[in-house]
Amino acid sequence: MNKYLYIDHVGRAYPSLDPDAPRGATVDVFSDVTFELRQGEFMSMIGHSGCGKSTLLNILAGFDQPTTGGVFLEGKPITKPGLERMVVFQSFALMPWLTAFENVRLAVRQAHPDWPAAEIDAWTHKYLDLMNLTNAARKRPAFLSGGMRQRVGLARAFAVNPKLLLLDEPFAQIDALTRGSIQDELMRMWQETRGTVFMVTHDVDEAILLSDRIALMTNGPGAELAEIVEVDIPRPRTRASLIDDPRYMKLRNHILQFLVSGARRAAPAKPPTPSPVAVPA
Amino acid sequence: MPAPLDKIARSCAPYAISLVFALLFIAVWAGATRQPRFDASAHSPDQLELMEMNGDIVRDEQGAWQFNAAKTGGLPGPGAVWDKIKTETGEAFVKKGTNDHGIGWLIGYTLRRFFTGFVAASVVAILLGVLIGLSPLLFKALNPFIQLLKPISPLAWMPLLLYTVKDPFWTAILVVFMASLWPTVANTALGVSNLRKDYLRVAAMVEMSFARRLFTVILPGAAPTIIAGLRISFGSALVAVVPAEMLLGELGIGYLSWIEWNNLDVSGVLFAIIVVGVVGVALDFAFSRLAARFTYSEI
Repeated sequence: MNKYLYIDHVGRAYPSLDPDAPRGATVDVFSDVTFELRQGEFMSMIGHSGCGKSTLLNILAGFDQPTTGGVFLEGKPITKPGLERMVVFQSFALMPWLTAFENVRLAVRQAHPDWPAAEIDAWTHKYLDLMNLTNAARKRPAFLSGGMRQRVGLARAFAVNPKLLLLDEPFAQIDALTRGSIQDELMRMWQETRGTVFMVTHDVDEAILLSDRIALMTNGPGAELAEIVEVDIPRPRTRASLIDDPRYMKLRNHILQFLVSGARRAAPAKPPTPSPVAVPA
Repeated sequence: MPAPLDKIARSCAPYAISLVFALLFIAVWAGATRQPRFDASAHSPDQLELMEMNGDIVRDEQGAWQFNAAKTGGLPGPGAVWDKIKTETGEAFVKKGTNDHGIGWLIGYTLRRFFTGFVAASVVAILLGVLIGLSPLLFKALNPFIQLLKPISPLAWMPLLLYTVKDPFWTAILVVFMASLWPTVANTALGVSNLRKDYLRVAAMVEMSFARRLFTVILPGAAPTIIAGLRISFGSALVAVVPAEMLLGELGIGYLSWIEWNNLDVSGVLFAIIVVGVVGVALDFAFSRLAARFTYSEI
């Protein structure tokens, strides 16, 4: 197995907020999560709020540290944030005092400190154009819609060609109609760059549309990785073609069943490492 | 076309009311300070001679007797102050002696003193504020000192400063410095510590050096709060500079007010007050124009 990104028995505990708990008591958000991503793979993680999926993403980004276990990218442990792992934030995280162009340029300049200014500008414009932001380049985030802001966020992340792209519920704050077109743009960009993507989401349809594999988390606290389902629907996928695909309905029902029934582990015995489970077509 | 006229009338209305208030104020002022007419026919020539020798009455251009305006008590009227304004602005850049410089020079001295102290204090305060704002440990450690030093009137430092630097020129600047230090320190620390975590995460993610993080993320992000602090400091420094000049005898517009009082020239005192007000308004206007360039709208 090509362990491009390896999440090795990772757990994260926080101090307990329960007033009756003894001093120093901790609560496991999730524990013993192990899986890996292949290079060029698009993987999503679904779970109810509080299952620690965003915490895991923060650990992969280097914003947070695991309590147990470790995360490795190309065999090297991840300890701090860096340009090789770009995050697209749910809250967009654009500097409101900079224009869309300046927000993207900021990352490009950091990634290529040896480039002359003209080259940095040209590269920045190229990625703004790719995300259909040509006319928004000189606007500040406050003058852009939610969808446009997240396009800037995606342009910033793609522009530095990261080894790993981390999407933290990237479309949660965007209206449903705009969401579709940005998902299409994301898919197009990903297919062009063939980067490795890890996305955290609440949206089952979004996960199926975009992912190669989907990781399902049980409910927190004390969440675990329940199973990983393979999305065996050939690409290119569109929302229109998905709806008529029986594999899509089957997959969708399987994931919704899992979430609605309380997000518990299906198998009675716990395997040492959850292996990818292919859903029969 | 009634609509545009109506619009003009509505936009002018507040200023018209302001003008009415101003005219009303001047009318009341003129009425309250009006000199009674001197009735020469009620006095014998001997009495008039005695009164002239005492300086109570003088002859005007037509040769008629009038009360001597310089001798009568009470506040001068708007006319006397207007005359004073005309004379003073007429010789704004004239130096008549070591301590008798024109009003243009005096405003210049005050502005130089004000900006030297204010700019120096702002640089120190922003640096200190950033350090405190970035480190919760330092914030807790230094907060008691800041709380203790903040309420001290900047003028209370003056004797100590004068004793230490032994020079009134620098003491006045240091009083302005002390007046404009604490609000900026407190606001900068607040703005930096409340900076959204996302911005710092992006800065860390794109691997910015500390200097670049400071100038492209921390300071611009905290700019609105820092500028609110600078504005409080600005007002505080403006209030401190006038008494500092009075007490130290350093040439400036605050000094003008005091020296006119020493000359028993109440018109001069009123003139000085008007100058302080006008300079304050002009500085505040300039500052708000500058501040508007550094604010941004939060998403």
